[in-house]
Amino acid sequence: MQFIKDRFTYLFNSTKGLILVAIAMVAMVTAVWGMLSGPMAEWGVREVVVKLLGMDMVQAEREGRIIILYHSIAMAIVAIEVYMVTSLLKMKPLMKTVIRAIITVGYIVTMVFGLAFAYFGHNWAFHGVYIAGLSLMFFGGVLLTIALWPWNKEYYQPDKDYARTKNGVDVERMAFFATALTTVLSALFGAVPGSYFGNGFQVFLAENVIRLPEKTTMQFAIIGHLHIMLALISIMLTLIIGRWLEFKGIWHKISMPLMILGTIVLNLGVWGVATPLEPIAHMIIYVGATPSMLAALFLLIWSWNRLIQEGTAHLQKPNIGQKINALLRDPLKFGPTWQMLFMNFTTSGIGIFMAVKLDEIFRVWPAREERIELTGHWHVLSAIVATIILLYYGDMLGFKGKLRQLYGWGLIILSDIAFAAVTIFEMKRLFISEAEQQPLVNVLMYAMDFGLAMLLLLLACVMVWRLVDLFKKKGRWTEEVDQELSQEVWK
Amino acid sequence: MKRMTLTVLLLAALLAACAPVDLNAPLPVYDTGVDPNAWAQIPAGEFYFGQFEDEVTTEAYEIMITDVTTEQYAAFLNQALADAYVRLDGEQIVGYYPGDVFHGVKHEEPIEAGDWIFIPLNDPALRLQFDGSTFTVQPGYEDHPMTMVSWFGARGYCEYYDWRLPSEVEWEKAGRGADERPFPWGYEILRENANFYASRDPFEDMSSFGSRTTPVGFYNGNTYDGYATLDSVSPYGLYDMAGNVWQWTGDVYEGMHYRFMRGGSKDTYEMDLRLWVRNNATPTYFSPGVGFRCARNP
Repeated sequence: MQFIKDRFTYLFNSTKGLILVAIAMVAMVTAVWGMLSGPMAEWGVREVVVKLLGMDMVQAEREGRIIILYHSIAMAIVAIEVYMVTSLLKMKPLMKTVIRAIITVGYIVTMVFGLAFAYFGHNWAFHGVYIAGLSLMFFGGVLLTIALWPWNKEYYQPDKDYARTKNGVDVERMAFFATALTTVLSALFGAVPGSYFGNGFQVFLAENVIRLPEKTTMQFAIIGHLHIMLALISIMLTLIIGRWLEFKGIWHKISMPLMILGTIVLNLGVWGVATPLEPIAHMIIYVGATPSMLAALFLLIWSWNRLIQEGTAHLQKPNIGQKINALLRDPLKFGPTWQMLFMNFTTSGIGIFMAVKLDEIFRVWPAREERIELTGHWHVLSAIVATIILLYYGDMLGFKGKLRQLYGWGLIILSDIAFAAVTIFEMKRLFISEAEQQPLVNVLMYAMDFGLAMLLLLLACVMVWRLVDLFKKKGRWTEEVDQELSQEVWK
Repeated sequence: MKRMTLTVLLLAALLAACAPVDLNAPLPVYDTGVDPNAWAQIPAGEFYFGQFEDEVTTEAYEIMITDVTTEQYAAFLNQALADAYVRLDGEQIVGYYPGDVFHGVKHEEPIEAGDWIFIPLNDPALRLQFDGSTFTVQPGYEDHPMTMVSWFGARGYCEYYDWRLPSEVEWEKAGRGADERPFPWGYEILRENANFYASRDPFEDMSSFGSRTTPVGFYNGNTYDGYATLDSVSPYGLYDMAGNVWQWTGDVYEGMHYRFMRGGSKDTYEMDLRLWVRNNATPTYFSPGVGFRCARNP
């Protein structure tokens, strides 16, 4: 009994245990559900998985199933971010415990009962529990926002190296607070139309209504909700990575106000799509995205500079090769910001390019080509978020030496191969005709599947190691029980 | 050595990606026994329209039981050229369209009165041959659906014979019948029901040229050289209402220049073959995966 109690305490009462459980859950869902579409479906793997697991997938209900799947995975990712935030930032222990308890029950219930409802027959009691899980996540978010309240003197920033107001209010904490608050509000922004459409079982995917000239307010709200939630998850993760890397100094002081400004304006723009501001909402969104992206760029500049400085500290006049070597010596610390930069080639850059070439591309291409671009770019963005979390998790695991290099570079290279292939796939119509595309499509599909499969294999190795470790009396888990992320920031 | 291996692998991948596609690779030829000149009678009355099954009423109409074939389109072009209904304009065949009313809605492009492209002549994916005066069909493709045809070209064909493109409502009713089925034949889809992406029909080779069209009416329950199809006819007797080629529909919607297509194609996954799924493109768009059929009043 003590054996189970100790492991349970680790897995559900420690920061690293909670993160491990959530990553394992996402990994399992990704591995199984990844076999239901794309090339896996073409090769017949889907049919085997469906039969083996006894899934009940009615063609007519695809949209509803997918929406529940997206929410299930997203809730686990949000939970991981909550664990990180509550471990990195100061807050009352009771609040921390309550928030984590609610969030943990919330995402597990959402995931288990949501997927059970969507893929294994429609037990409506499960659907009710799934909605209850989402509601718990919302309530946990409200509590987190309260816990992050920055104008409490206990949380003032005494160190002038960090962004702070004249009175000492921690501007970084303000950025966390603003992101948490707008996330809760934006969740509501999705919940209202979700209830409206769910009530009439009128489920649709945003990419399928994108070209309708007259969208309803509720349709706009759905489109806005999915965009802003992914953006806010990314912004929160950028703040988390900044905290882990001990972001400070002048770049921090410029960056944090920009982060707050960007988050608020971005949200106002997105909420604006469901108001009379709709005609200028996109402009507001661009205005909001710019400071947010600049803030991330400043984190990149600062962290790369630090990596280079620390890696060449023993040299009097390092040359460019030595500087690059220093920059790349630790893939886990270099990786997160590199992935943010890479995102500009696979997501933001593509979006801007498409917007500039609108008349030559989307006004001409069939809707299905546009859909490939739309779904592709946000799948990549979601996956980039996942890889950044996994890079940070590698550091939490204390990987050192060759193992650290292998894990870090494995994640970066394998994921970037897959993301680059997706990006070329999205843009292929610019340089190849439909009739002649198959060889290119095949190579891109292989690259995507190779990258993602190997990445999942790498993750599976880590998960198996952690599972085996749990059976050891003095396993690594015993060291992690009391470890907090705030103790492990980059000193 | 490791770098060398990596470089070789990368080069091999690049070469594979750039490999030319033989668009005229040998094609199996089968007689499906389905008559592309036949029409189905669709009675007046209500049916379930769209994903959310709105009850919609139509008048009675008739619709072709198959897509228009390349042979039918070649015959049309030869007559229409002689009648000056269409004309050669550089590397394309064009015909007159009276234009759309432009509303200036966001993203709307004006479609003015004038000559618009019916088909391109310089695209290697076109299954017609033109010697300067006469169109003939590339051997083996006679009973395949006419592709590489713009919305103007599809509309022009139907109007030449005093027919019309079906509206989206008409198209869906003809495919769905009176119940709520997502596919013309029922509620689930198997590879032997329709020609879709990687459906493993005898016409496709995903390692080289990819998916190709199947002859109209191919999925009729017949077995072709050991390949057994399922009878996938719609409740009103239409073939290929799911897969093979997207089909242009006739609606012109206020405030948008896009024209809508239905049915999914050889190039899309089965989810796009559900009867309510819509695709759209600018009316000048043509593709090896887009064709059409006509409707007419009884």
